[in-house]
Amino acid sequence: MLSETGVKMNKLQKKILVILLLLCLITPIGILLPAYFNTGDAWGEWSAQTVKELVGYVPRGLAKYSGIWKAPLPDYNVKSADRSIVHKSGYYIVSGIIGATVTYVVMLLISKLIIRNGE
Amino acid sequence: MHIPDGYLSPQTYIPLFGVFVSVAAVAVKKVKDEVSARNIPYLGMAAAFSFIIMMFNLPVPGGTTGHAVGSAVIAIIFGPWAAMLAVSVALIIQALVFGDGGITAIGANCFNMAIFMPFTAYYIFKLLSKNTTGKSRISFAAFISGYLSLVMAAILTAVEFGIQPLIASTPDGKALYCPYDLSIAIPAMAIEHMLLFGIVEGIITAIIVNYFLKTEPTLIYAFRNRGKNE
Repeated sequence: MLSETGVKMNKLQKKILVILLLLCLITPIGILLPAYFNTGDAWGEWSAQTVKELVGYVPRGLAKYSGIWKAPLPDYNVKSADRSIVHKSGYYIVSGIIGATVTYVVMLLISKLIIRNGE
Repeated sequence: MHIPDGYLSPQTYIPLFGVFVSVAAVAVKKVKDEVSARNIPYLGMAAAFSFIIMMFNLPVPGGTTGHAVGSAVIAIIFGPWAAMLAVSVALIIQALVFGDGGITAIGANCFNMAIFMPFTAYYIFKLLSKNTTGKSRISFAAFISGYLSLVMAAILTAVEFGIQPLIASTPDGKALYCPYDLSIAIPAMAIEHMLLFGIVEGIITAIIVNYFLKTEPTLIYAFRNRGKNE
């Protein structure tokens, strides 16, 4: 990946990349802790079904728009039917690595397009 | 803090999308002038960092979940304009690939977490770290910058949620979009971010600013031009 983008890295930058990778590997904390404390969705991020349970109806606009986009990996999950928390943790790590890599490469390309000074 | 599809009326998300596109255009120009080519890898890492940190959902026991954003530390070290672009890239990929945040709400989510938050964080940090080189003062400034900017961004998000029943309701009083008004949305969002997520954002900001202060102090954007215009 590094050679593809043709960017030279210094020691600190390499170190940060390693730290980012390590962070990806512990991301399942982000689903295990909420599961342990049995907490619900983030405020304002409920599904249409949950909104119906909360206020007694599904707002019309919410019903219309809530399914407008079918994300390829919804909720950082690869197989949403798989309920096992261990598998979910694995999918979460995979999603994290995919997402962070895509984000990194996209930002790198955008930056390279924008910045041409200071070589 | 990622607003999903269907919670904001078009009267809200279209103007915010316009603001986002305009600010992004300015940011491109600013980053072109301000950031040197050798720092390009850092910008990629900053975006990836923001992406990853937002995956760490933390529970408020008995309540909901939330997370830090990373905008504050990116704004302090690489500048608010670079932070704007980096966090926007993370948010857009979260929306498109992972369905985290709606596609209609991309403008709103970027406005809250990638525009409002990094600029708020940056100016709070500049204000609090003025005329000081003391390590503990700078750590304190970084913590407060992360804490307040996240809490304020959460309140801004709550305002966007909370004005929906006023903007768009059916004649019999049913909301068309977010069903909760300001009196519910603001306390809910403010309290959880004040009690937990803001503290996490503050700690992350302080630790990383401290680390860069030790290893690569000349890199820190907020300390550039020191003594010239302060």
